[in-house]
Amino acid sequence: MTDSTLTRAESGTRRGPRRDADWIRRNGVYVALALLLAVNVAVTDNFVSEDTLRLQLIQVAPVLIVALGMALVIGTEGIDLSVGAVMAIAAALIPLYIGYGTGVAIGIALLAGVASGALAGILVGRVGVQPIIATLGIMVAGRGLANLFGGEIKSIRDPGIVALGSQSVLGVPYVVLIAAAVAALAWFLVRRSTYGRQLVAIGGNKRAAELAGLPVRRVLVTTYVLCGLLAALAGVLLAARSQASDPTKVGLLVELSAITAVVIGGTPLSGGQVRIAGTIAGALLMQLITATLIFHDIPDSTAQIAQAVIVVAAVYVQLGRRRTRR
Amino acid sequence: MTTTVRRQESASASSRARLARLAQRQGALVILVVAVLAATFSFESFGTAGNLSNIALQASFLAVVALGMTFVIMSGGIDLSVGSVFALGGVLAAWGAGHGTWAAILLPLGVCGLIGLVQGLVIARGGLPAFIVTLAGLLFARGLLLFISDEGSTTYKVPPDSAFRQLAQGEFLGIGYPVWLVLVAFGIGGLVLHRTSYGATVLAIGGQEEAADLMGLPVVRTKMIAYTVSGLLAGLGGVLMASYTSSGVTVLGVGMELEVISAVVLGGTLLTGGAGTVLGSLVGVLLLQVIKNVINQVGSLNSNWQAVISGTILLVVVTVQRWLATVQRRAP
Repeated sequence: MTDSTLTRAESGTRRGPRRDADWIRRNGVYVALALLLAVNVAVTDNFVSEDTLRLQLIQVAPVLIVALGMALVIGTEGIDLSVGAVMAIAAALIPLYIGYGTGVAIGIALLAGVASGALAGILVGRVGVQPIIATLGIMVAGRGLANLFGGEIKSIRDPGIVALGSQSVLGVPYVVLIAAAVAALAWFLVRRSTYGRQLVAIGGNKRAAELAGLPVRRVLVTTYVLCGLLAALAGVLLAARSQASDPTKVGLLVELSAITAVVIGGTPLSGGQVRIAGTIAGALLMQLITATLIFHDIPDSTAQIAQAVIVVAAVYVQLGRRRTRR
Repeated sequence: MTTTVRRQESASASSRARLARLAQRQGALVILVVAVLAATFSFESFGTAGNLSNIALQASFLAVVALGMTFVIMSGGIDLSVGSVFALGGVLAAWGAGHGTWAAILLPLGVCGLIGLVQGLVIARGGLPAFIVTLAGLLFARGLLLFISDEGSTTYKVPPDSAFRQLAQGEFLGIGYPVWLVLVAFGIGGLVLHRTSYGATVLAIGGQEEAADLMGLPVVRTKMIAYTVSGLLAGLGGVLMASYTSSGVTVLGVGMELEVISAVVLGGTLLTGGAGTVLGSLVGVLLLQVIKNVINQVGSLNSNWQAVISGTILLVVVTVQRWLATVQRRAP
């Protein structure tokens, strides 16, 4: 903490390359996103079209929603590996309860996310289990539960769900609108609410926050509940979009994409800071990288190796300031 | 560091705390013994020599990987790449078997060790979070695997006459070679951890890295070795699997890192680093394998139940561990 503030103060007084490097570190994700967009506009055929834009935004929406919840959890110096499994549970519950009406099915799916988040929150906040272990257990058990609920792939024909996944308002798909609303809400929570300030304080120094009388346990439980709820929402949207639910596939490895989006967006894994705009840019960047590789028919093998290198490079650039300590 | 001091004090002070400590350390062993006893009485086919040696053999692939992970976690890190590296090791071994037995063993060990070394370098020297670096390593190893297997469409086969098959299919005293290999590896691992300065350094770094650094301990080198060994052992696990199945299956190892981490944590190694035993990880692996086996014995349950039960046991064990830690702290 002291190290980074010191160097930041120093770099403020200095001019020249040092300052530029600092600027890149803080805004690297936006620069990378702009660069990659420019490259695609120049090189990729049919990239600048409404259809491409809409498709990319629809595809990124569920990951973005999960990543926003993840950003809150990471802000508390936690991590949530269970998000993919929660998505699968939510998606598996939809066809089971669709007979009782669209609203009931969605409600039960979201409730499952809240329950799973509450379990994680209680384990982390009250019992004191490490976040990675608590959510790892929920992830393993949750994926099994989703398969038990869902069984094989089930198609969803309910008109309400189908509309949610495929229709738009003024040309903007519902799915994208919901993601945007969640992003705005997350931004408000972090920047403008007491809860957000308490969250950041707890992530920065839990012991100090406790001594200062902040409701540490309540904030932790709330954060994991929010993350679970958002993961369930993403699962519902994914099921609505594909008009089917496949519990073995839904949300597989999404925890890793979400964490990557958050981290390359500039939110440190060590907590105490949440960057919502960065997370959005991070999710868009990861989506654009995947899309670019697909547009140009680059095989999976090369694509994965490229992603690995990009992730490490992005984090390396960003951690430059803190790295000097070692 | 404070925890060790506190733990010593409480152990000498109160027998209740000593019991709690024993239960915390050996919790997985207790569950394992109970599970084995219950299964032996419930299912006639469980306690047979054939089934037990089968459990040991199946567990050995995971155990090799868990040994490397134990050291990484004890040093306060984590290695998410092991599943992909395991699969890569298997594919390289099957490919190498076409060029002789030594190629089948040395090529994967070399490549996987190198991946571990690079990850260790970036983590220890570059100061990047282990979680992110090994996550990238997971993607990288999987990408490399797809690259050498024509995007996963080619499954290399070990030639029928290859001596490489003997490595995992051969037996000594009725027990498969991999089991013996695991016993030797864990013996060495235990000696390294408890009887060498390297082991002491690993625990010191896991306990408090900055303090270890200030004391002049070789932090960078120690962490690099831990990640290299983890990559090497994950590769070895893959080699054994390739020898056992006589082929390089490309889809193996997905999610394996989580199973391995669960096993290590079940075995009592703290994820914050600084404490743990090598033997505990072996017990953790065996426990997971016994659960799998029992689920298979109960015909009506499918493999999804195995995931539910494994996850629940993990949560219960860590909750009890936390509770026992509180009991210890409260003891006079």
